[in-house]
Amino acid sequence: MSDPAIELRGISKSFGAVKANKDIAIRVMPGTIHGIIGENGAGKSTLMSILYGFYRADRGEIFIRGERTDIPDSQAAIRAGIGMVFQHFKLVQNFTVLENIVLGAEEGALLTTSLGKARTLLKQLSEDYELQVDPDARIEDLGVGMQQRVEILKALYRQADILILDEPTGVLTPSEADHLFRILEGLKREGKTIILITHKLREIMEITDTVSVMRRGEMTATVKTAETGPEELAELMVGRKVLLRVEKKAAQPGARVLEIEDLRVVDGSGVERLRGISLDVRAGEILGIAGVAGNGQSELLEVLGGMRSGTGRVRVNGDELDLVGPRADARTRRARGIAHVPEDRQHEGLIMDFHAWENVAFGYHADPAYNRGLLMDNDALRRDTERKIAKFDVRPADCWQTAKNFSGGNQQKIVIARELERDPDLLLVGQPTRGVDIGAIEFIHQQIVALRDAGKAILLVSVELDEILSLSDRIAVMFDGRIMGERLPSQTDERELGLMMAGITDTDRGHTHAEVEGNLAHVHGKVG
Amino acid sequence: MEKLPRWADIALVPILNLLLALIVSGIVVALIGQNPFEAMRIMVDGAVGSTYGWGYTLFYATNFIFTGLAVAVAFHAKLFNIGGEGQAQFGSLGVALVCLAVPWPHWTLALPAAILGGALFGAGWAAIPAYLQARRGSHIVITTIMFNFIASALLVYLLVGILKAPGMAPETARFPEGAYLPTARDIFAVIGVDFGYSPLNVTFLVALLAAWLVWLLLWRTRLGYEIRAFGHSEPAALYAGISPFRITMLAMLISGALAGLMAINAVMGEQQRLLQDNVLGAGFVGIAVALMGRSHPVGVLLAAILFGALYQGGAELEFETSVPRDMVVVIQALVILFTGALDGMTRSPLERVFLRFGRRAPEPGAPAE
Repeated sequence: MSDPAIELRGISKSFGAVKANKDIAIRVMPGTIHGIIGENGAGKSTLMSILYGFYRADRGEIFIRGERTDIPDSQAAIRAGIGMVFQHFKLVQNFTVLENIVLGAEEGALLTTSLGKARTLLKQLSEDYELQVDPDARIEDLGVGMQQRVEILKALYRQADILILDEPTGVLTPSEADHLFRILEGLKREGKTIILITHKLREIMEITDTVSVMRRGEMTATVKTAETGPEELAELMVGRKVLLRVEKKAAQPGARVLEIEDLRVVDGSGVERLRGISLDVRAGEILGIAGVAGNGQSELLEVLGGMRSGTGRVRVNGDELDLVGPRADARTRRARGIAHVPEDRQHEGLIMDFHAWENVAFGYHADPAYNRGLLMDNDALRRDTERKIAKFDVRPADCWQTAKNFSGGNQQKIVIARELERDPDLLLVGQPTRGVDIGAIEFIHQQIVALRDAGKAILLVSVELDEILSLSDRIAVMFDGRIMGERLPSQTDERELGLMMAGITDTDRGHTHAEVEGNLAHVHGKVG
Repeated sequence: MEKLPRWADIALVPILNLLLALIVSGIVVALIGQNPFEAMRIMVDGAVGSTYGWGYTLFYATNFIFTGLAVAVAFHAKLFNIGGEGQAQFGSLGVALVCLAVPWPHWTLALPAAILGGALFGAGWAAIPAYLQARRGSHIVITTIMFNFIASALLVYLLVGILKAPGMAPETARFPEGAYLPTARDIFAVIGVDFGYSPLNVTFLVALLAAWLVWLLLWRTRLGYEIRAFGHSEPAALYAGISPFRITMLAMLISGALAGLMAINAVMGEQQRLLQDNVLGAGFVGIAVALMGRSHPVGVLLAAILFGALYQGGAELEFETSVPRDMVVVIQALVILFTGALDGMTRSPLERVFLRFGRRAPEPGAPAE
């Protein structure tokens, strides 16, 4: 048997008292796709940062193709043939594809030689692996899927034969993700080794040969993908049995709670982000909005939540909302029974430097129950927080912790506790489980379904199609600021929704990838 | 996880910075041929060695408490108010107008009226940059700096024009005697203690009250909660229904009012007439005080006293030795540099020390390695 492409032995890394990696051992065989799965904070990123030379391990050894290798910095990692595709791309927006590819690997003072060389190589790579990219396009004009290809090409240009991809599908449509997987399969056939870091069980099952599971800094298992299943992997990740499917009864839709007619939003730079949205949500139903990030879903939540102004007509329980002016603010919306779990809990939903108890009042801090004359009643606030923390199982159950010291899942529980305990008529919820661990996802989904069963209307925005499909009672797909159509979850599938997310409504016809990409690049060009 | 324990963050870092500044100052003093230890002794003795020294130290500190609080309040809303100087100058105009308007019978009547005048004028001078920031997005650092120059020019214009008293100097007439504030010497004389002559006056107590009120505002009122939330994240403020316009305006108005109150001490308490240069850089020292005091009223109080001592000690040093005046400014600048600007220089090595120390500490319940 050949030497493993990468072998790690006894890798440990601590940050202060936190052990991010404990005695990690892993063997990645050449020419395979090796998945690494684990919850947020399990230590996946730390491990990969050690492999790529961002951190040095406190202890342990790294072997590349059987040779003990020291990786003090990323230059050393590149020399060892390791390439990394980050979750957040590291590209210069106003450079062309070619310029980005040679950046940092230029040969000589004049760019012409390296650019020429890169162009030849790029042509060959794009033929070999379906990695077509226009070498002279500017990054800012490219869609996210294309930008990711540029990152892969950058690594290949540096002659990487071990490619690490960190959560590569987070920003892609299903069809873009499929394309990425075909590229990875092609690279594997050529003998490249690929490490895929993800928290999505489906991707692991679909594409990897071997999968390693991490939990709390430890490598809990390495198994052949063919010999395992999603349930077992989830259990290995969380350490207990997990319900992967949302259990819910059929919806009992009641009266219309939210009615939207021809809603339009123009952003600060004059681009129309919502181009005439009409929707309604009934009591006791969850309407899911599917779409690739950046197609107007954020703006929809923001305008409904009172964070930006718009035009059109929005009624809640039959009463029209102000969309501009002093009564179009979030406080007035809350008074109307609209609760909002925002997409970005770290910059919107919580003040990261505030204590838990200060955050539990956030947005409702004018409530008379939290105030006593001119001063805030901090004791009442803390009592209320203790109660909510207990009810929503926030850990650690300490109302004096600052928000940034909670894990993503527990931060989200604080937001959910605050908004749901207000007994709203309408809940706006964006990316409820982004960056949240599996155990907390289950809990958060149950809470949302329970609110629906209590007869409340819920508008759900998520870029996770799985989440949309499993939670929603009805699905609307957004593309380029418009609703492409509505479907019932039982009468659609990922393929159809994926095409609608790329702006294609006649989903029965066969479609080329060029068509999908062309549409998406058009939107992203405008966004950038 | 916090990188530094609270006590190290609040006390150890500033003290280390201060020591570093003094060491570097000592080297500079030695380089010009003076004995640094002797210089240090003179400075400490001059600042806190007598009631006279304390009087001056706390008099300067009173100025710095007001300007430091002004910067701190704005800073909680993430507004960098560089305009304390101009707001204090405009505040001095308000104080002077109040004091000159009526033949005040007693200081207890004049003081509240002058507080109102100083605060209103200071707030008014901050209101324009605040509005430009909140509605037009003009950067507050730029506008407040420019407003310092405008305030200064305006004051000169008034002092050589309609406010000018007969005589050569560009200054107003003396305030009526009923507007003189009792000094520390007067107050201590009542209980039979002989406190050396100094301009320290009741305004120091007003400054302490202001510090307490700022604490109350920031950590106990809804407005303070909103100011701090807005300062941490503007999108979050929008999400919570907090109006950025309202918070920007209110935070800057309060900031300007606090800066304006400095004139109670300097103009009403000491000079007893309006002079052309009555702020003398205290507005800028306020920035260093707020930075060193980490924008907390208690920190501001302590930092203001430190800077007051530096001012007074520096003056004594100049008086007693041949260390030139410029040298004193260098020492003050070094303290500002080390405590304010170079905060991170000691912080990150200290964090590493604490991290290493933390790792060695036994971790309860951790599996053996």
